[in-house]
Amino acid sequence: MTRPTVDLRPTGQPPLPRPRPIATFFTRPQVIALAAVLLVNWALFPGFFTITWQDGRLFGSLIDVLNRGAPVAILAIGMTMVIATKGVDLSVGAVMAISGATAATLVTNGVPAPVAVLAALGTGVLCGLWNGILVTLLDIQPIIATLVLMVAGRGLAQLITEGTIVTFADPLLIFIGTGSFLGLPMPVVIALVLMILATLLVRRTALGLLIEAVGVNRSAARFAGLKANALLLIVYTFAGFCAAISGLIVAGDIRGADANNAGLWLELDAILAVVIGGTSLMGGRFSIPMAVLGAMIIQAMNTGILISGFSPEFNLVVKSAVIIVILVLQSPLSARLFRRLPGAQK
Amino acid sequence: MKLIKTLALGAGLAGLLMSAAYAEGLQGKVIGFSQIGSESGWRAAETSVTKAEAEARGIDLKFADAQQKQENQIKAIRGFIAQGVDAILVAPVVATGWEEVLTEAKEANIPVVLLDRGIEGPEDLYLTSVASDQVKEGRVAGEWLVGAVGDKQCNVVELQGTVGSSPAINRKQGFEEALAGKANLAIIRSQTGDFTRSKGKEVMEGFLKAEGGGANICAVYAHNDDMAVGAIQAIKDAGLKPGTDILVVSIDAVPDIFAAMVAGEANATVELTPNMAGPAFDALQAYWDAGTEPAKFIITESKLYTPADDPQGEYDRRKGLGY
Repeated sequence: MTRPTVDLRPTGQPPLPRPRPIATFFTRPQVIALAAVLLVNWALFPGFFTITWQDGRLFGSLIDVLNRGAPVAILAIGMTMVIATKGVDLSVGAVMAISGATAATLVTNGVPAPVAVLAALGTGVLCGLWNGILVTLLDIQPIIATLVLMVAGRGLAQLITEGTIVTFADPLLIFIGTGSFLGLPMPVVIALVLMILATLLVRRTALGLLIEAVGVNRSAARFAGLKANALLLIVYTFAGFCAAISGLIVAGDIRGADANNAGLWLELDAILAVVIGGTSLMGGRFSIPMAVLGAMIIQAMNTGILISGFSPEFNLVVKSAVIIVILVLQSPLSARLFRRLPGAQK
Repeated sequence: MKLIKTLALGAGLAGLLMSAAYAEGLQGKVIGFSQIGSESGWRAAETSVTKAEAEARGIDLKFADAQQKQENQIKAIRGFIAQGVDAILVAPVVATGWEEVLTEAKEANIPVVLLDRGIEGPEDLYLTSVASDQVKEGRVAGEWLVGAVGDKQCNVVELQGTVGSSPAINRKQGFEEALAGKANLAIIRSQTGDFTRSKGKEVMEGFLKAEGGGANICAVYAHNDDMAVGAIQAIKDAGLKPGTDILVVSIDAVPDIFAAMVAGEANATVELTPNMAGPAFDALQAYWDAGTEPAKFIITESKLYTPADDPQGEYDRRKGLGY
């Protein structure tokens, strides 16, 4: 693929994100929000930042945040690209259930674990491809196209597991969910590697730019010579692939595939992570690392609520209140207000 | 002497007749069963136990899966009425909106038995309802813990079901009733694990971190076995022994908790029996044979299982039920 020489975006759009110095990284609203949530957690529970070495791995609340946030972070990596094309993928939670169900059912039937893992990833790719075909060839709106699989997918997963929680004792699957590498939990390692690879792929090639072009104006991008449909297919397939990885992690974590509950409502957390990460639902400019950071903010909140000792009736209220604050801070209005503050000018 | 003989003979004959009546009681009866769907493993087990119970009694069971939709259940019940079944079992998916279709069944003189869940509306619309007492389940779990710890100081953490769901509210209430007045037992943390394994594990991880790596926790009470299974994994990850360092008590009695008991990692579970149909069939038989009007609410037993109750055998017995 060659980098197009013409900027396809309508005039008036902010310039493309460029590698920024470290200082501006720390003034981003997402980073400030994450730091604030972590500090509140620390205030509620003084041992929050304590990390110890136990059984050959790091152990502590902060590690829990990373570990528990990893499945949503991985979903968010795929979701960012989909949303950047002005689409959305509601089916990722159901695809997680399908992937976990596939792997668990295969290993319990004596299929070697590596084959089962590949098969699970394969079903994720197929699911993503299905979404992509609905969106491109049939030109169905993404929210409707992926809603089909969101509803039907969980049923498919239940068909695969026959409605039961399929438990397994396969070391490879369990390693994916609960193992550790260099002291870090496996899900965190997988999420990090995927984030770095995906970011390099979209930023060191023209792919990111092309995705943004399709997101800003699909017709214009096509008229400019972009294979918009092929790009969309790739993006939805990648989202399915990411969901399959998350599904494997979640199944490995509990040593069982729970078709009813695996990944339930996680598509919404993934979309939220992407939005907190600053990617607009209207498509265009996107940032994968920021979406991953968004997933960590959500999980830091969840973990904070768990260790705070609030009664569970407050969980959702606290969560939504924090999210509203973050989104308001990110809004154009507050950006303008900040600029007017004395001393805020550069 | 002769009198006694005659009496004995009569009693024997009557007994024979009665047992014959029992064997024939429901033989050949056609009973419709409108099941909610396959929302959980327990539901699947209820379906397979109902089918087995019907088969053992020679009942022709018409099974209808409503796929979690009330409209499907209403359609199924109307279908049963049109077929002229002898009785209808319903596991109602929601509590409201049953007056019309149950009135139709009543007008057709078909007795209706509710399974597992109740409905709002006049009680004369159904013959009886068979359900568990969720408060009692919590109480049985709590009483076990009270007995198990004796006078020892014990901090309990609680994994609640989905916030606002009736099993979560009632199982919490029952457990608290059992612990009331016991100064050595305190529930120090309580959070929802949404009845799932992964949330149970995540919440337990948080509890362990917040309570000195688990040193302050003596027992975990989970509103269902799935959350307990998740909690057991979290306890192991924290380097502690579930079942020994931290006692594990939960509710439902699904096969996997018996597997955990075999491994010494779970201490007690209270059964939510999937056999709601057995008592329902018994009630129908008594109603038809002797005209006995059954009690409006039949409460199933909330049986406690501990590692002393042959967990391996229980696991094997339950594994095939579709949990």
